[in-house]
Amino acid sequence: MKGKAALESTQMVEVEVMRKFSVENVIKETPDTYTLMLKPLDKKEYSFVPGQFNMLYAFGVGEVPISMSGDPDEKYLIAHTVRAVGAVTNALVNTKKPGFIGLRGPFGNGWPLEKAKGKDVIIVAGGIGLAPLRPAIYYILKHRKEYGKFFFLYGARTPNDLLYKKELKEWKSRFDMDAFITVDAGDEKWTGNVGVVTTLFKRIKLDPDNTYAFVCGPEIMMKFTVLELRNQGLTDDKIYISMERNMKCGMGLCGHCQFGPYFVCKDGPIFSMDQINRFFGRREV
Amino acid sequence: MSQQKSCFALDAERFGDLIGVLKDLGYVVYGPVERDGAIVCDLIDSVEQIPKGLSDVQMPGSYRLVKRDDGRYFGYVVGPQSPKYVLRPSQHLLFKVRKDGKTMLPQPDVKKIAFVGLRSCDLKAIEILDKILLQGPYVDNTYAALRKGALFIAVNCTEPGNNCFCTSMNTGPFAQSGYDICITELLNDGNHVFILDVITDKGAEVVNRLGCRNATDEELSAVSRLMEEAKNKIKKKLNVENIKDDLYKNLEHPHWNEISNRCLACGNCTLVCPTCFCTSVFDKTSLSLDMAERWEVWDSCFSIDYSYIHGGSIRQSIMSRYRQWLMHKLATWVDQFGTFGCVGCGRCITWCPVGIDIVEEANKVRG
Repeated sequence: MKGKAALESTQMVEVEVMRKFSVENVIKETPDTYTLMLKPLDKKEYSFVPGQFNMLYAFGVGEVPISMSGDPDEKYLIAHTVRAVGAVTNALVNTKKPGFIGLRGPFGNGWPLEKAKGKDVIIVAGGIGLAPLRPAIYYILKHRKEYGKFFFLYGARTPNDLLYKKELKEWKSRFDMDAFITVDAGDEKWTGNVGVVTTLFKRIKLDPDNTYAFVCGPEIMMKFTVLELRNQGLTDDKIYISMERNMKCGMGLCGHCQFGPYFVCKDGPIFSMDQINRFFGRREV
Repeated sequence: MSQQKSCFALDAERFGDLIGVLKDLGYVVYGPVERDGAIVCDLIDSVEQIPKGLSDVQMPGSYRLVKRDDGRYFGYVVGPQSPKYVLRPSQHLLFKVRKDGKTMLPQPDVKKIAFVGLRSCDLKAIEILDKILLQGPYVDNTYAALRKGALFIAVNCTEPGNNCFCTSMNTGPFAQSGYDICITELLNDGNHVFILDVITDKGAEVVNRLGCRNATDEELSAVSRLMEEAKNKIKKKLNVENIKDDLYKNLEHPHWNEISNRCLACGNCTLVCPTCFCTSVFDKTSLSLDMAERWEVWDSCFSIDYSYIHGGSIRQSIMSRYRQWLMHKLATWVDQFGTFGCVGCGRCITWCPVGIDIVEEANKVRG
């Protein structure tokens, strides 16, 4: 097929396909996870809603979807927490000036922070799943009076795998939130809870008609967290989870992120359980 | 036919004039061409390239061209290539990036395209692609550029194939919409005429230049008769009533596993499908490392990489990949875009190397 006839092109025109950011600071969170603080090279502000993600591009290597993990009010220094496990993520965390990171976004919806106003909120995070939830935590703490009780449960595999350790300490010491942290396996220095994140549910009592839950973590962790939330009487319309699927375009055009009838990139990544309970937890959907 | 007023007749001998007019009007013409034992969609310079006197015999997993001696132009149905091959190129450059971050977009010198010989099912497929790629929230610029200004000359199927089930999907065998000119080929007693149904100004421009006489009442009633006959020739049926809910209910049906014993996950069905739109991208750099490119290529939900996330692919088993594809075509597509992702063209049945039949499998899964 000589498919080029209708699409012959040699001329290139300079168009901004992505915004460019420099890496201002790299914070090592765990042995393989880093938070990159990105500054817009065009000096224009960048806004997002907690729970959204960007497509980050490493020059010549590729592009990956990464959630924003910082304060949504910070418009000139955008935090992304990246686990460096592949070619692109390794290239991203090793980007040094004058190198740049290309950014397309923000994509996707956000946590239902408006809807939850006047209600109690429980945030449950597993591992790096805390990253897209941290902007929501910042938001709630900043608008603390607009929410009722605020619970935060966080689990990681080991103490070493806990993200944002300083902040965890601060959150635990606050009187206006109930924060519980656990690890699957402790080490010699760990004096906290041991067990998966769902074991923390026995510590709390939720008001089922008056509570919104935001959950992010590995799918298996979310599956059992949803069961615990239901046990406490929460209905599916109040349980929100952030899904992960392969995302290439971010715009619902490439098809990769399909999850049942949804494109995770444009219809999600955050879904209420009543939207997806037909598909969630089903193998290989 | 509803638009009787704008029906014209063109002697089949003058088919070449039609191609000529299209070229005069500045169109790049794509039409049916015989190559490698199949009718494919390719560039047409003159009418001689368009095969005459050929039929295709399509069965599950089988496609054969056979000669016929009546000199009919459109005595076959759909070949492996749909208009997707032209409108959504299988591989193309998205952009270039310089080391300093400057990005450059190709400015395609897109010519107006005229498609000759599209079938009703393919017109419907373009309508579906329009919905996905043009009607937001995001637009595919390449598709938009190629699609804009395109002229569609359809051909009504008077001899549907064995794998066709357009009547079930309500997409054929006669074109209902989405064309500029629609041809019905009449051939009897040595009388070889194209009846042209023109419904757009773009189509009228072509026909005016061409100069045709009006179709006679006799010819128009022959067209109607052929349409009825064609409908009745289609034996393959898929009952689409409640199919979405039936499939949703049967996500764990044992028949999915049975299919995966036969399915090779080769992805042929997704390549030949006129509505399968999935793509992937790859990045490459120049040897000097100062310029990078991003290319878009077709992808298939049958590849294991398609659903890859950190930790492994979501759909490891062939069972789950076939299920994803079929469920998308006949169930989730409806929720996504308000239409089926299947137009009943039968290509996936014909070009499946092991002859898996979407109609049969869907019916079995429904129990």
